[in-house]
Amino acid sequence: MTVLNVNGQQHRIDVDPRTPLLYVLRNELKLNAAKFGCGLGQCGACTVLVDHEPVFSCILPISVLEGRYIRTVEGLGSEGRPGPVQSAFIEEQAAQCGYCIPGMMMRAQGLLEHNASPSDAQIRDAMAPNLCRCGTQMRILRAVRRAAKAMMADAGTIQETAK
Amino acid sequence: MVWRVLLTVVVVIGSAFGAFYAWAWNSEIPPTNAPATLFDPGIVAKGAQLAAVGNCGICHTQAGAKPYAGGFPVQTPFGTIYGTNITPDPDTGIGSWSETAFRRALHEGVDRTGNHLYPAFPYDHFTHATDSDIGALYAFLMTREPVAKANRAPAVPFPLNVRLFAAGWKLLFLHKGQIPPDASKSAEWNRGAYLAESLGHCGACHTPRNVLGGEKRDGQFAGGQSEGWLAPALNAASPAPVSWTAEQVYAYLRNGFAKQHGLAAGPMQPVVRNLKKASDADLRAIATYVASFAGLQNDADREQETQKALDFARSRDSKVPMPPSGAITTSTRADAKPGRTNNDSAAPSGAVIFVGACASCHHSGGELPVSRPIELGLSTPVNAPDPAALLRIVLDGIHPSSGERGPIMPGFSRALTDPQITALVSHVRSQFSRQPAWPNIAAALTKVRQNKEPATEAP
Amino acid sequence: MNAMPPLTRRLLLTTGGALVVSFALLPKLAALAQNVPKLPGDLDKTPMLDSWIAIDAQGRITVFAGKAELGQGIKTALIQCAAEEIEVDPAGITLITADTERTPNEGYTAGSHSMQDCGTAILNAAAQVRGILIELAATRLNLPAEQLKATQGTVVANDGRSVRYGELLTGQDLHRPAQPTSPLKDPKNFVVIGKPMQRVDIPGKLTGKPAYVQDMRPNGMLQARVVRPPSYGARLTQLDAGAVESMPGVVKVVRDGSFLAVAAQGEFQAIDAMEALSALAKWEQGPVLPEQATIYDTIRQLPSNDSTILDKGTPGQQGAHTMRATYHRPYQLHGSIGPSCALAIFEADKLTVWTHSQGVYPLRNALADMLHMPQQQVHCIHVEGSGCYGHNAADDVAADAALIARALPGRPIRVQWMREDEHGWEPFGPAMISQAAASLDADGKLIDWQYDVWSNTHSTRPEGPAGNLLAARYLAQPFAQPAPKPIPQPEGGGDRNAIPIYTVPNARVISHFIPQMPLRVSALRALGAYHNVFSIESFMDELAHAAGADPVEFRLRHLDDSRAHDVVTMAAKEFGWQPDAKLPRGHGRGFAFARYKNLAAYCALALELEVEHETGAVKLGRIVVAVDSGQAVNHDGIRNQIEGAIVQSASWTLYEEVTFGRDGITSRDWSSFPMMRFPAAPESIEVHVIDRPGEKFLGTGEAGQGPAAAAIANAIADATGARLRELPLTAARIKAAIGI
Ligand code: FES
Ligand code: FES
Repeated sequence: MTVLNVNGQQHRIDVDPRTPLLYVLRNELKLNAAKFGCGLGQCGACTVLVDHEPVFSCILPISVLEGRYIRTVEGLGSEGRPGPVQSAFIEEQAAQCGYCIPGMMMRAQGLLEHNASPSDAQIRDAMAPNLCRCGTQMRILRAVRRAAKAMMADAGTIQETAK
Repeated sequence: MVWRVLLTVVVVIGSAFGAFYAWAWNSEIPPTNAPATLFDPGIVAKGAQLAAVGNCGICHTQAGAKPYAGGFPVQTPFGTIYGTNITPDPDTGIGSWSETAFRRALHEGVDRTGNHLYPAFPYDHFTHATDSDIGALYAFLMTREPVAKANRAPAVPFPLNVRLFAAGWKLLFLHKGQIPPDASKSAEWNRGAYLAESLGHCGACHTPRNVLGGEKRDGQFAGGQSEGWLAPALNAASPAPVSWTAEQVYAYLRNGFAKQHGLAAGPMQPVVRNLKKASDADLRAIATYVASFAGLQNDADREQETQKALDFARSRDSKVPMPPSGAITTSTRADAKPGRTNNDSAAPSGAVIFVGACASCHHSGGELPVSRPIELGLSTPVNAPDPAALLRIVLDGIHPSSGERGPIMPGFSRALTDPQITALVSHVRSQFSRQPAWPNIAAALTKVRQNKEPATEAP
Repeated sequence: MNAMPPLTRRLLLTTGGALVVSFALLPKLAALAQNVPKLPGDLDKTPMLDSWIAIDAQGRITVFAGKAELGQGIKTALIQCAAEEIEVDPAGITLITADTERTPNEGYTAGSHSMQDCGTAILNAAAQVRGILIELAATRLNLPAEQLKATQGTVVANDGRSVRYGELLTGQDLHRPAQPTSPLKDPKNFVVIGKPMQRVDIPGKLTGKPAYVQDMRPNGMLQARVVRPPSYGARLTQLDAGAVESMPGVVKVVRDGSFLAVAAQGEFQAIDAMEALSALAKWEQGPVLPEQATIYDTIRQLPSNDSTILDKGTPGQQGAHTMRATYHRPYQLHGSIGPSCALAIFEADKLTVWTHSQGVYPLRNALADMLHMPQQQVHCIHVEGSGCYGHNAADDVAADAALIARALPGRPIRVQWMREDEHGWEPFGPAMISQAAASLDADGKLIDWQYDVWSNTHSTRPEGPAGNLLAARYLAQPFAQPAPKPIPQPEGGGDRNAIPIYTVPNARVISHFIPQMPLRVSALRALGAYHNVFSIESFMDELAHAAGADPVEFRLRHLDDSRAHDVVTMAAKEFGWQPDAKLPRGHGRGFAFARYKNLAAYCALALELEVEHETGAVKLGRIVVAVDSGQAVNHDGIRNQIEGAIVQSASWTLYEEVTFGRDGITSRDWSSFPMMRFPAAPESIEVHVIDRPGEKFLGTGEAGQGPAAAAIANAIADATGARLRELPLTAARIKAAIGI
């Protein structure tokens, strides 16, 4: 029995502890966002955040995740109330088939939590582990820049109100 | 210990200062202007190959910046030294250096204006290079694109930052002159010896150093350090389960991959990338020389050892069976609080981590995937005397340069906690190596993590 | 394939350039014989209006499209077309796509035909439905139609009375044949078409809503994996699967000849079992593959069927300059980010398959053939997958799922290919060779053009006979792969865009179709156009150079089509193209232009890049594109497609090549087949859409790939003086060409 904390909810999961997180997210927890792309840590389609760090969920057995804080796209917001990164991707229409995008958003979220206003080169380097075959890269870059701005602005508003 | 010895050296040097200063003083060589068109293209081409063997580009190029324009941080136990601009830019590069000045730098470790150079620039090797090879190298560098980029001052503490100090170092460790050929060996071996010992400077990483940073002459190729990675021994002490042959060394240098040893990782990756421009004959010569240090020289013994190692490696199943789990069940509670994980959460068994994290590539099943790595039982880091190299690979992974074909291994630096990495590495050692268990992996991990993680390109 | 040209073309349009032509041929011939006028778009194939549009009593509108969403944003554009002409809010429209029991049969979603065929059909059907609604209202209100207007789901009269659509009809009323002409709105009055509208599918995909076939998980579903042979020709000789059948979660090992699969409860259990099975299976290697090093020679030496697709004037003229060049393109991957996946259930003698195939009807027919079932008993429903870029393994995995489902009746079976399966077994874009020769007169005008192209087929799509489904060829009673056929002009396959768009008085173009396929191949986005445009547009630069002309001006010199002129001029202007511009050392700029298939969208682009002298590494800079897609329904959709085409093509062009040894494909993952990653993506891409209100829709999805490849090659030549004619233009090749 493994206890996983996903998007702020505790789940008791009884599967082989060697099972990579991706399969548990998708099949046991029925969360669709993280995607299978390679199962080899080469493409980033399965990217989720663990303790604020983007990781490849396809090669991370659930046994190592007890007590750690896992977040998926479902934890960023919903269709009705998208989070800032999701909104930025929607506003930039940063998707073609969209299959790679949840992984992209999680990697972007991880980046922005560590570095609120990354340079273009830093964004590109941070996003490098994730592949997009549709060629949506230019829009994804725009969306990450937009998300950074929006999050900064939000933070600004919060500080203002706090004053 | 290091500092005590250094102090002694300082005292010794201090007492003999007058005489020493006179000896150590070098005159400036007047600036020159060598127009690029004067060089014979054949000589430039030869210089290009020698520059590849010498791997000049690595230490003299900063990641993402112009080639040969300097800025690469070379980490030494004594501080960080930045590779200098060796493009022909007259102000910031070596554009005003005559061939004589260039040769003096390589042979004596003195720059054009007469300053002593830090031995991170391996003139203790280059000193053995022939004048004509240095001339070719000079021709090659002088025909590169000039880049105006100022050099960065080294971050080296006092008293080591006193340049004259390098002169003291030379007194001890610079052995000028050509290496006499060994008549008992083949011409190819001798060519290899020349390249490996001079421009190739293999020993700079693969030979252990003494406390003063000089290569131990009695420990040639007994294994050293490079950028926080272990440069494995190439001699009989090599941890590789299968003894290296000239053919395998050649394959490794040419393609970055040898069937029974795996692939070039860490600082050896850029070396192999550079060697692409070296000639086949030179690589074969270096391989012949280096392999002559390897353990078993007798073909029959080697064959037998190889077979034994292969049999063992293939007998090691990557998947330790688990008891079948019950029905898949899930239940959910909504009271979890976000927060960082405590790093000492209990580590699950290394075998369990291995299957979920590693076995999709390092697995033992059938033909899939075809690009799967060599059996871990044959891996040098897995069989090494200490776990540093394996830890480094687990933390950082292996990443080919952009657009290049080459194995990708994701790094687990952030995905796994320290106890988890420790458990995993311990499992890998016991499961795949015939060597004894490593005693204190956790401590080694702390040390490897403290060692600034090298800037690797993401996959 | 030399049937009547207009007929052939028309039919090919409807089928995405594939081989179904003969099936659809007969009724069409009859129609032609009676001189029945052609209906717009795919209404011609499916003429009843209620096949396309249904309006229920509440006025809810459902639109049925036989084309599928592949990530190109087609759903949104189709909804825009319908909403515009029916006069309702786009949000009030439900769109059903590609389902063999619900939607028209529109063949394949391929060849940039969706807007031309399906968009046109829906636009016209919607306009005709509006006409019918107005007529019905006229009768009901007893007013002349001229005094009525449709707006917001209601017909409104001048006198203020109004009737809602739902009241006017029941579904039955739309069961009428479409007419050849429609009461289309004047584009001046458009409120939806050509206006910004966000894609309808994006929010769900970005918030974790189930959006892909991969996301389906009906109750009782089993996870299955297939164990493919080590190489194309290998046969399964020995297998003792007992140990696998007793592994945790394993439900069944399915074997039929050399088709081997396993179904399990859990997904990781299925993967585990697949690996165990793979370790146990013994295979006998089949025929070896040719040497990769000499593959182009091998291909050239295979027998070919040659056809002259252009013969104009007296080819063979000598001029002031004569130039020749040969170009090569390797096998390349579709490489979808999500490997192919399908779900199937076999229940009560009926097979239902959820698939991301580009053609649900053709797939249905092939599956029925493979399983010896009547076509009506097979139901294929399109559900999105990861972007496919042509014929990837979508159909093959559907066949796998069908075979496993048949062995486990009543259980929904989900088959997910592994990364290695997709890389190793999908049908690649074929390797190609072309040879160009041309002469210029003393004034720098082209007087002679000769071009030869060698290629395998660009379509081995499953169509009717099962042999094009991968699994079918490995069954105990195997299906033979049908003989490949070329896709005829004017669309062409290997010779797509082989005919230059430029005006040359004497010209000959020969297409050498090679039936024998050393590697498995099929349609990869843009088909032969990628290679032919790369060749022709590289060659045009070489010729411009020989003529001492600016490459942009040289192209314009030979372009008669005014729309072509417009895109070329706009791309040059927006880029700031100056003849003889001086660039810093190592920098270069390149230009290229093509009209996709010489029939679809026009696309011109200019770009700048930098080549690192020491390594040959290319850094892409600013890219400026002009595109004319005819009437632009969704400008941002067009820009998205073009940006994507350019980035994808840049990756093909700079890095990509399938590798193989004698024993099989060796590029089996992203490490052995690298593609572009973010740091290497261009600095910027700027797309300018030239809107042509009232003009025909021109397919856009494949317009950018060829020009991007050529512009990169041209810019590399500009930067280094080295002309590279063999794809991919890797750093190593560039370095070798520029020397020390
Ligand atoms: S699916 Fe995890 S990295 Fe590709
Ligand atoms: S949007 Fe399709 S793979 Fe990225």
